[in-house]
Amino acid sequence: MEAVLAIAIGALAGSGVWLLLRPRTFQVIIGLTLISYAVNLFIFAVGGVRVGADPVLGAATDPSRYADPLPQALVLTAIVIGFATTALFLVVLLTSRGFAGNDHVDGEDGTP
Amino acid sequence: MNGALAIAPILIPLAAAAVQVLLGIRFRRFRTGLSFLSCLALVAVAALLMMSASRGEGATLVYSLGNWPARFAIVLVVDRLSALMLLLTAVLALAVLPYALGRWQRMGPHFQPLVQVLLVGYNGAFLTGDLFNLFVFFEVLLAASYGLALHGSGARRVGASLHYIAINLTASMLFLVGVGLIFGVTGTVNMAVLAHLIPDLTGTPRALMQAGAALLGLAFLIKAAVWPVGFWLPRTYSAAIPPVAALFAAMTKLGIYVILRLSLLLFGADAGPESAHFGSDWLLWLGIITLVVGSIGMLGARELGKLAAYSVLVSSGTLLGAVALHNPAVTAGALAYLVISVLGIAAFFLLTGLVVPREAPEGAAQLEPYDPAIDALFAAEDERRVASPAPVVILAVCFFACGLLLAGLPPLSGFLAKFALLAPMLDHGAGATALFALIITAGLCTVIAMARAGIQIFWADADWQFPHVEARETVSVVGLLGICLVLTFAVAAPWNYLAATARQIHAPAHYIHAVMGPAAETPP
Repeated sequence: MEAVLAIAIGALAGSGVWLLLRPRTFQVIIGLTLISYAVNLFIFAVGGVRVGADPVLGAATDPSRYADPLPQALVLTAIVIGFATTALFLVVLLTSRGFAGNDHVDGEDGTP
Repeated sequence: MNGALAIAPILIPLAAAAVQVLLGIRFRRFRTGLSFLSCLALVAVAALLMMSASRGEGATLVYSLGNWPARFAIVLVVDRLSALMLLLTAVLALAVLPYALGRWQRMGPHFQPLVQVLLVGYNGAFLTGDLFNLFVFFEVLLAASYGLALHGSGARRVGASLHYIAINLTASMLFLVGVGLIFGVTGTVNMAVLAHLIPDLTGTPRALMQAGAALLGLAFLIKAAVWPVGFWLPRTYSAAIPPVAALFAAMTKLGIYVILRLSLLLFGADAGPESAHFGSDWLLWLGIITLVVGSIGMLGARELGKLAAYSVLVSSGTLLGAVALHNPAVTAGALAYLVISVLGIAAFFLLTGLVVPREAPEGAAQLEPYDPAIDALFAAEDERRVASPAPVVILAVCFFACGLLLAGLPPLSGFLAKFALLAPMLDHGAGATALFALIITAGLCTVIAMARAGIQIFWADADWQFPHVEARETVSVVGLLGICLVLTFAVAAPWNYLAATARQIHAPAHYIHAVMGPAAETPP
């Protein structure tokens, strides 16, 4: 379980970083999205991955076996914020495309 | 003292922004009045908080939201340092506001609410006592700053903002990974609880915790525009309109503030032999390199906006190097330098908007009216616009004063701040000596760059024009420089406050005890 999560996080983050370094704005935004998925999974995983554990402590819960709810709250907040900023970035990307006439991150792609 | 006052600096601008968005552009007088009211209230609240924080050596005001125990609650903490930063940003916003009322704010529909949201972000980040809310308020601040950096639109601003947003989103991801690592090891994001736990960490948990802290630090270094992660700054700041760039002058200082706060709280002298002064050598040398890069940039800058932007890098490098020395006397000097450099750089950015070349270079930041319908609203105002008398003389004097402040030359307060920073620095080893020499060299570079720019603008030729400078624009610049002038004469009380602030943050036990209460004595 942990190994699968770790590999998934690594693959997402690696692809994200590679795309982030590409010269096209669309690749950059997809890269940022993949990195944010990786980070969200990572935060989710730091609380400890357990199968079938209760989310909060109740009277009947074994205190040694419960899923930590705090990372889940943190990851929700991070998802919402990441979503909003990505949407904003998308608008800026389109505006830049409109001004520059191409989708290079520097607004010029070297071809005359 | 009622702790609930601590949340007022977040609620006031938030409420103002909400009402302003609802009002829309039609009620702009009301909107403007609301902005002024909010800024005035922020100055008053910050002053009150400052007074309550300066009662006694270790006075710290803690407000737990929902009155939960500190270990679980979201806490807001006001000590001398946060009160100082609150007052500084409130004064900065109040001073910049009149400047933006004229031609600048009509370049987009929502200038005033965005400024208020920016203030929410600043104040929240200064007040919060846990890492995750720090992230949230950073995002609030950044969201508003994206809007403000884009204010006025145009190819150059959009291009610069594209880079700015991409790098800040990446920095936020690093921030989250850092918070996640720290939470995974310690099970808390509360700064005081963390500081309490760190001395007991050993082995792998300590290594993971330090890796998390290093990632967090990297995120803040990106915000502080430190070399090699600061290349976004000159382009973004010189493309933004002047009042926005002036408000952003405090943003790099927010990065420095967090580094100062966390490095002393989490990795101060009490943090145990293996965690004490973690990363401070790195910070020192990164600060030194940033200082050199900023100085070279100032010498090479060919337009005023870039010159001002590189002076931000110089001040970031100076502050980071000074903060890394972990010495109370140097920290006190650094705080004085921080205050003066924020005010001086903001005034300089405002000046760059009043002095523009007649033939603007291709692609330079130009005024682009947002919407003719909105422009028509201002027609009556435009007709009775009052240009200030003898604007060139006032501008020249202000430019000279900015030069003195940024270079740290006598007689203005920039010199006093720089002296307070440099004097205790000499007996701290090779790094501190290099920093000492380079800060003085950076001062020389600033003088050369400013003198060259001043000669070109005011003496050399008629290529520069002074477009009808409005009285309110001059008021902002003169106001900011006036505060620096007052700080030249009224030295004793501010200096005592800053020295006490440095002593307080170098003794994190006050902070930990204030947040955790009696629980601080028992092991977790």
